[in-house]
Amino acid sequence: MSSLSAKIQDVFNEPACDKNRNKDAKARKQGCAKPLTPGAAAGGCAFDGAKIVLQPITDVAHLVHGPLACEGNSWDNRGSASSGPTLWRTSFTTDLAALDIVMGQGERKLFKAIREIKEAHAPPAIFVYSTCVTALIGDDIEAVCKRAGEKFGLAVVPVNVPGLAGSKNLGNKLAGEALLEHVIGTVEPDDAGPHDINILGEFNLSGEFWLVKPLLDRLGIRVRACIPGDARYIDVASAHRARAAMMVCSTALINLGRKMEERWDIPFFEGSFYGITDTSEALRNIAELLVRKGADRQILDRTETLIAQEEAIAWKKLEAYRPRLQGKRVLLNTGGVKSWSVVHALTEIGIEIVGTSVKKSTLEDKERIKQILKDDNHMFEQMPARDLYAMLSEQKADIMLSGGRTQFIALKAKTPWLDINQERQHPYAGYDGMVELVRQIDLAIHNPIWHQVRDPAPWDRQADVKDELPGTKSEAATLHAAEEFAGPTAGDFGEC
Amino acid sequence: MSRILSQTKSAAVNPLKSSQPLGAALAFLGVEGAMPLFHGSQGCTSFALVLLVRHFKEAIPLQTTAMDEVTTILGGADNLEEAILNIKARTKPKLIGVCTTALVETRGEDTAGDVADIRLKRAQDLPGTEIVLANTPDFEGAIEEGWAKAVTAMIERLTRPGEQVRQSKKIAILPGWNLTVADIEHLRDMIENFGLEPVILPDVSGSLDGTVPERWVTTTYGGTSVEGIRELGTAQYCIAIGEHMRRSAEVLRKVTGVPYVLFQSLTGLKSTDRFVSLLSAISGEPVPAGVRRRRAQLQDALLDGHFHFGGKKIAIAAEPDQLYQLATFFIGMGCEIAAAVTTTDMSKILEKVPAQSVQIGDLGDLETLGASADLLVTHSHGRQAAERLGIPLMRVGFPVFDRLGSQHKPTILYQGIRDLVFEVANIFQANRQAPTREELCPLGKRETPDGSRPSPLSRP
Repeated sequence: MSSLSAKIQDVFNEPACDKNRNKDAKARKQGCAKPLTPGAAAGGCAFDGAKIVLQPITDVAHLVHGPLACEGNSWDNRGSASSGPTLWRTSFTTDLAALDIVMGQGERKLFKAIREIKEAHAPPAIFVYSTCVTALIGDDIEAVCKRAGEKFGLAVVPVNVPGLAGSKNLGNKLAGEALLEHVIGTVEPDDAGPHDINILGEFNLSGEFWLVKPLLDRLGIRVRACIPGDARYIDVASAHRARAAMMVCSTALINLGRKMEERWDIPFFEGSFYGITDTSEALRNIAELLVRKGADRQILDRTETLIAQEEAIAWKKLEAYRPRLQGKRVLLNTGGVKSWSVVHALTEIGIEIVGTSVKKSTLEDKERIKQILKDDNHMFEQMPARDLYAMLSEQKADIMLSGGRTQFIALKAKTPWLDINQERQHPYAGYDGMVELVRQIDLAIHNPIWHQVRDPAPWDRQADVKDELPGTKSEAATLHAAEEFAGPTAGDFGEC
Repeated sequence: MSRILSQTKSAAVNPLKSSQPLGAALAFLGVEGAMPLFHGSQGCTSFALVLLVRHFKEAIPLQTTAMDEVTTILGGADNLEEAILNIKARTKPKLIGVCTTALVETRGEDTAGDVADIRLKRAQDLPGTEIVLANTPDFEGAIEEGWAKAVTAMIERLTRPGEQVRQSKKIAILPGWNLTVADIEHLRDMIENFGLEPVILPDVSGSLDGTVPERWVTTTYGGTSVEGIRELGTAQYCIAIGEHMRRSAEVLRKVTGVPYVLFQSLTGLKSTDRFVSLLSAISGEPVPAGVRRRRAQLQDALLDGHFHFGGKKIAIAAEPDQLYQLATFFIGMGCEIAAAVTTTDMSKILEKVPAQSVQIGDLGDLETLGASADLLVTHSHGRQAAERLGIPLMRVGFPVFDRLGSQHKPTILYQGIRDLVFEVANIFQANRQAPTREELCPLGKRETPDGSRPSPLSRP
């Protein structure tokens, strides 16, 4: 595990990370993950993080070397979309049994598993993931992968990130290291061009990158590799020939962007496709980087023209929601708002932000929040479930936007909720994605169920109902009461 | 008797199993005020938690001892203690159900010893909180084994030992994990129909039935009470449902002397008849009119439904007892079992599964063996195979994450069987293909040997 420790130290030492730069050497060495509290911890492990990053590569077979739970409890659970291959959704695991572990048969089983996958599916590459148990019993997956790769003549990539190495985020970064070490730069493309870019840390959730890619196509910009969303192995392997890169989720893959810049001179910027102004800014930045790397300057004008057109359309569409959403109160509970332009767009059409978590926000982020919220009491590090429930029960927000972890706090508090994390059902990227987000907020807030679930049952509601109860009055009164309870027409929820 | 075929592949393709600790957690979730705790790395808990949430669409109480590299080397006893104390302080549960994972079991931790030490050393910190341990490494078994181990562990730890004064109306029920919330509700109604008082362990109908409590609860908010488990020895009889509950029932008998009857499945008219007769005998009450009415409805459902079942080939992948439950149901409707795939070879029930062979395997095996079936029967992960093969999928068991309401579907007793008949018949009707001239042409399929010609209405 010594090479793993070295890699972890390397990742903790990330110079491109803002937070890291502000730490002293000792604090840096301890890493960015806070120690976990037993009995009060939440979140995935490093293996989980590594798999999240790599699994969306669609034509690769992903083989998990370990006992059942690591893969059996977690497969086919991500909403990335593929435009072609489906192999990434097939689950492969060595499913180690007690005997395999006791007899030390792990490595042999792994080797045979690789052979079986190669024979049945002939994928361009197999990614092999280690887990806690196989790390503990000392299986050398790097050696097995090397041997299998030579023997079977295909890329067999070790992803040596056992869960006990640390947090999900650490796993994200170590997955990036695996790509750097074993994949990127292994294939020379024969079609490299001046408008080739990489998009890093874009997962194509619900296919949302397809809301952006046509805009790039229109500008004549080619996505050499989108890592990992809807990627093919060969795209990733030849990604080192792109001219520029955009880093979408920097917390996950900042090390990948920096090292690709160092090794292959691919400049990158951190940007976002969430929100209108951020999308425009991203397009602008891509065009500028390409020009800096020798592309024709004309692309800058083309980009501005496209931005002007698309922004106008998007704002017009959003404006239609103003009458319905003006004054509605949104609680953002995401661990840290990454895209200010989403908040900007929401406030533009009259939505009020009544609170936001700042757990993962930088100082700079917090300053921006203060400007938007006007009241920094509404910033919170992390709200305990009970407090969040109380706040929502008292209807201090009209909707909560968050990830699945707090979904049921909102729902049990009878509050509209919209998923804006990885399990979400709708694409929110680009101009159309922002409109979709607002549309979903509108649909959630104005759904007719809210009156039905919030109003108490009639027998709990008012004392006078008791007087009207059938059986306590004459027959005529009973009939009257029955009619009243039945209402004019069944299913009449006209007040919504 | 079916042949049991062991797994020969090295790479499991599309796992059928969910892990053993998840099964144990599920059992602990059927106890009121409980908090299951996985002793392993945080990923073990996170994966199980996400899967349970996807299935139940509920907040699920589940915690982790958060083992990391250092504690894995030094030993996990301190993490276990810290986790238990933190849970106690934060959520004040009545029961903490410790489930071990592959990580600590591979290390060879003496978790039982550690738990005993913690109980002793921290007695003053843990009043009113029971700690129960189930040893459930991921490298053995699956949900069924984990569930049974947790139930057995609760009886061993909590139930007051020794012969006790029996309450003539009290019946202990030990349901298998494959019974849904609706099944548990049905069971309770049926038993109460005879004036009997059931104590059901575990009782997921109180905790995982999807309601909206009026306050935020961080443990389970319903289920069997710890007191109820303690007093199991005062029951007149115990009824266990599913072969995997035999050991729990045996342990209850050994500890308290309460005799048990085991039903391997209640998804059949005849077995339900026996169950109802037993209740009638225990209570001395005649079978109530309402129950007779349900039975008649089932008879009618069998009459109306059997047209759709006869000769159909069914491919099932499920844990052993559920495989038996479903295979006997389909055989009882005139189907044949084209493929039977299960998770582990540890269950005695597998020999009784009415299929030529039972493959220990995964959904990859189901896809191969069931390629010419008329219906695939497994959990939601079967969706990819169903799509590729173009065969309809009936979702059963765990996890069912792409359909709502699986917990509210009854599958046992007269009413549950009736609903199952309708569900399957409707799937067949929805997927029936119109006859074509090519298929029906008597000259077109001469090469097919006599007798094995497929029905023109079955899939190609």
